[in-house]
Amino acid sequence: MSANGKHRFAMYWAAACGGCDISVINLHEAILDLADHFDIVFWPAIMDAKYADVEAMPDGWIDLTLFSGGIRNTENAEVARLLRRKSATLVAFGSCANEGCIPGLANLTTTTDLLDTVYEGPTMDNPDHVRPASSTMVPEGELHLPAMNRLLQTLDQVVEVDYRVPGCPPETERIAEVLGLLGAALDGKATLPVHGSVLGAGQSTVCDECRRDRGIKRIAQFGRLHELPPLDPSLCLLEQSVPCNGPATRSGCGAKCPLAGASCIGCYGPADGVVDFGARLLSAFASVVDASEPDEIDRILDGLPDPVGQFYRFSLAGSLLRGSREVRTGATSATASAPATATARTLATAGAGR
Amino acid sequence: MSTGDPIPGIAAEPGRPLDPPVDEAAEAPRIGVYVCHCGTNIAGTVDVAAVRDWAAERLAPHGVVVSRDYPFMCSSLGQELIEQDIRELGLNRVVVAACSPHMHEKTFRGACQRAGLNPYLSELVSIREQVSWVHTDKVAATAKAEAMVAGGVLRVREQVPLEPLRVPINEATLVVGGGIAGISAALEIADAGFPVHLVERQPSIGGHMAQFDKTFPTLDCAACILTPKMVTAGSHPNITLHTWSEVTDVSGYVGNFTVKVLHRPRYLDTDLCTGCGICQEKCPVKVVDAAYEAGVGYRKAIYRPFPQAVPKFPVLDPDNCIYFERGTCKACEKLCPPAAIRLDQQPEEVTLQVGNIVLATGFETFDARRVEPYGYGRLANVFTSLEFERMSNASGPTGGRIVLRDGVTEPQTVAIVHCVGSRDRNFNNYCSAICCMQSMKFAHLVREHTDATVYECYIDIRAPGKAFDEFYQRVQDEGTIFIRGRVAEVTDVLRLPEEAAEDGRLIVQVEDTLAGRQRRIAVDMVVLSVGLEPQGDAHEVARRFGITCSSEGWVIERHPKLDPFATMTEGVFAAGCALGPRDIPSSVASGAAAAARILGRIQQREMALEPIRAIVDAERCSGCRICNDLCPFSAITFDDARAVTEVNPALCQGCGVCIAACPAGAIQGTGFSDAQILRQIEGILMTTGPADPAVAAAHAAPVGSAAAEAVPA
Amino acid sequence: MTDDVVAQAIPAAPAEAAIPPFEPVVLAFTCNWCSYRAADLAGTARTKYPPNVRLVRLMCSGRLDPTFVLKAFASGADGVLMTGCWPADCHYRVQNVKALRRFELLHRVLEQLGIEPERFQRFYASAAEGSQLAAAFTRMIEDVRPLGPLGWGRVPAVAPEDLPTGEAEGGAAEPAALEAVGA
Repeated sequence: MSANGKHRFAMYWAAACGGCDISVINLHEAILDLADHFDIVFWPAIMDAKYADVEAMPDGWIDLTLFSGGIRNTENAEVARLLRRKSATLVAFGSCANEGCIPGLANLTTTTDLLDTVYEGPTMDNPDHVRPASSTMVPEGELHLPAMNRLLQTLDQVVEVDYRVPGCPPETERIAEVLGLLGAALDGKATLPVHGSVLGAGQSTVCDECRRDRGIKRIAQFGRLHELPPLDPSLCLLEQSVPCNGPATRSGCGAKCPLAGASCIGCYGPADGVVDFGARLLSAFASVVDASEPDEIDRILDGLPDPVGQFYRFSLAGSLLRGSREVRTGATSATASAPATATARTLATAGAGR
Repeated sequence: MSTGDPIPGIAAEPGRPLDPPVDEAAEAPRIGVYVCHCGTNIAGTVDVAAVRDWAAERLAPHGVVVSRDYPFMCSSLGQELIEQDIRELGLNRVVVAACSPHMHEKTFRGACQRAGLNPYLSELVSIREQVSWVHTDKVAATAKAEAMVAGGVLRVREQVPLEPLRVPINEATLVVGGGIAGISAALEIADAGFPVHLVERQPSIGGHMAQFDKTFPTLDCAACILTPKMVTAGSHPNITLHTWSEVTDVSGYVGNFTVKVLHRPRYLDTDLCTGCGICQEKCPVKVVDAAYEAGVGYRKAIYRPFPQAVPKFPVLDPDNCIYFERGTCKACEKLCPPAAIRLDQQPEEVTLQVGNIVLATGFETFDARRVEPYGYGRLANVFTSLEFERMSNASGPTGGRIVLRDGVTEPQTVAIVHCVGSRDRNFNNYCSAICCMQSMKFAHLVREHTDATVYECYIDIRAPGKAFDEFYQRVQDEGTIFIRGRVAEVTDVLRLPEEAAEDGRLIVQVEDTLAGRQRRIAVDMVVLSVGLEPQGDAHEVARRFGITCSSEGWVIERHPKLDPFATMTEGVFAAGCALGPRDIPSSVASGAAAAARILGRIQQREMALEPIRAIVDAERCSGCRICNDLCPFSAITFDDARAVTEVNPALCQGCGVCIAACPAGAIQGTGFSDAQILRQIEGILMTTGPADPAVAAAHAAPVGSAAAEAVPA
Repeated sequence: MTDDVVAQAIPAAPAEAAIPPFEPVVLAFTCNWCSYRAADLAGTARTKYPPNVRLVRLMCSGRLDPTFVLKAFASGADGVLMTGCWPADCHYRVQNVKALRRFELLHRVLEQLGIEPERFQRFYASAAEGSQLAAAFTRMIEDVRPLGPLGWGRVPAVAPEDLPTGEAEGGAAEPAALEAVGA
């Protein structure tokens, strides 16, 4: 606690878009409550700061740090470790820090391909094939840039986190609740939640908050909105063939997207105890596919042209496999590009007598 | 040491959330590992001491406090070892690495229970069926055994105390199939004082045995020994017959099945019919009786299949009835003394509640037409064994005279061909078990009724039953000529000059393997001893009753040796030839054995089931209704008011489909929870997990290059 | 558990150790009523199959949560085999159909992640088909062996990739890849 009786607050953005910071600032006048409770000691998005200032802080000196963004490069990882050391409470804030989010989808692609796309694309004029280098010699000596890691990691894959706040970005009302709760707890007026728990979200999934009518699910077709007939505004989107991620996505957002007629894309991440968001969701979708024969099942599943994008849009980096085989292990897949045939997937049944 | 309280959610009202196993989670695991030698069954291939030491050392961080090996863990002394450790070392989890859980899971659960540990806190890891018996490389087998033990240890850590589910047993039993096996099962249960519903697809009970003349090897008359049983079953106060009926639907579970039975119309009122037989006598339509008379006799359009039929009522065959074809005739209706004929009768469905089921659905005989070289269906005087049975039966179409197809000529020479459709890669690999004895019975009957010379063409004579071989010797002594060789062909085409005199007869081409020469034997009659096959709808019936059958269609036993009359589905038993070919005594024995199993349960009034069930955490259920259509047992319901899904534990069978489908992770399973399985996977792969990076890197390089070659640019 | 903890758990490589031939590890999920019994039967009949197949018992292939398959791959399995009752012979009537639907969809995900289809296969075996199941295990191992190690869990997750220095001066030997990035 600072001399003025306020708690010390920090917020940091690693591999993130900055939306989480904006969401906090979106508190509008409520941000004054934040300032009442907290001294902002480090927040690169809104005020100038140097890492050296943080390094100079005693360990555990910051009372509360909201960390947004995934760990993409050595700088991200270094600051994550630094802030872990300096913070009494470290919160993985937003989808990127918790499960990788959109930047985590880069785990499908090697860094070489990523850089080629950025530095050699059709809109680039780069005759010397310049690439960022982590070390460059200049007359004054050697210059260093942070090096890119092979894959994007979530915050908890690098340091221990105390709490998690999901969402891309977290809803502003939920942020106010979280800051209110943690502020009160630091004041001794409330008990701290159980270590590791998810704050600012519900226990159930988005359907719990969605007011669309739901019935038995038997899905004979998946389609994108433009491919489907006009939707019934009062009926469950999934039952109308829209692949809505709501059933597997943690509640807390108020089901804003499905209630507005857009499918849930899963930004609030998995419900409590779920190990792998994508696996849960794909299992749920597949379970209600209304077909029993492989061909017919395949036809229906063709309505999901990008399964990884559908099931892992936000959670790939935090999932069990974390990324594609090439990125994750450095190995090249022998047949990754070849379409899987039914025979390749089923052991020949010769001699089985059916 | 406390083992914690059993989970109350199991037997609780539907939808009640599972209490978290906080006590158990808080309690540090103290796990005992016991590695069985099973004599040399395991120890011959797996280095048991190495597994023991590995578990003690590597699994200590996972809670293993003691690791032992023992020659026979299932012995009393082995079990006492576990009990002693539970008491003295305060073990709260037990892992036994031995045989399949289907063999000894109950044994070791019992040991835990005796020592005061909840029996479900034990885990049996199969290192015999899955390791020592299927592998030869001792190093690899030992490593696999270690991995499987690690899986068991990590899995059992996540296990929570459970109590078995107790279900009440309805004392009524359904017996499907009214052959001798079904009749035996029905009588055993009915005589013990409990109700039985006996369903038979044919108009009469009796099955194939009612078609036979004599039974081997004693030669007692089939009808003489069967009809008293049929009559007793038909008049037993505890037996309800449903003949000319079929089971159309089965739902529910052990102790409480709901069965729908379709009564096909007999077109008469059985309350009025006296069985006088006038309708049958007056009916103007005569058709070949392909069922009871095996196609060698006739019946009327309204008929009683045989005089001793039970029940006594005839049945009208609308496909051959003039009234159903043209709307006129009605001779039966006009002439029936009690006016019992009901030509407008409709099928009727009845619903039965039963606690257990016996499937005694029997067999079909192999269709001899499929063996084209034997000429059945093409050559008039080639008969099947069933045709011969009817012919030799005193009440059969020929009055017991053995004659050629013309109905008058007695054969001078008869050849009996064994293994038709059996022991033959083209048809059925298995031995039909009864054909050798049946064939020799035929030889005896031919000799008894005629002066014919009889040839038996066999591959091997299989006569292992009581007094069977003596019968073989007797038939030999009677002068039957035995030729060891598989018949190649039966033909009416004469090829050799010396066959000229045999015009109109049949030639049996067979290699006499004992004499070492081909023979062409001229005969008047050939009897094909056809094998037994499962009923044509065996797979469909198995599905209806929720059991499994082999690819051929024979019912699969729960254990082929130790539980030969139970099926994989609790409460469904099987008897007789539904399980595979067998003779009358073993059919009777199997019916009685199934009945004994059921009677034990009825008298207990309830039975304990594995507490493997799905439970919904209502707090976490979002009411998305993904799972609502996934349960074939109707255990899943949706509470509209609370907008949550519920699982009825009494209906849940524990398959776990809904658990795997729940996108919110709100459904959990006892006995096979996510945590248990995930930790088991971790354990099994513990030794292959994060491995030596240098080795992986060394392997990665060639793979990459090989892949580059494999994929064309 | 953070990656640091994982990384510490990796034992140091023995210096100059001879590289043993690659043997894949396959995890096979079995149904209590059919394929697990078939495995028991293979044991009773002493039917041999490679020791690198390891079994996990479930009550039904319909219990197979795709999470289990991913967990197996993430924990070091080189292949996963899903076994269950024949399509119409499910002990729970129709639940193996749900397993089939999940299998098909999970396959599409794995493919997108670069995991060869041969690494995740399915096989039907009734309780009586011990020898067929043993043969399927053998074929599965033979299918996976040529693919080499899958590699998950064998390599530390974090290996900061130092960007190559001097590439700008040297000029890229390879032409720029223009293929689209992403899924």
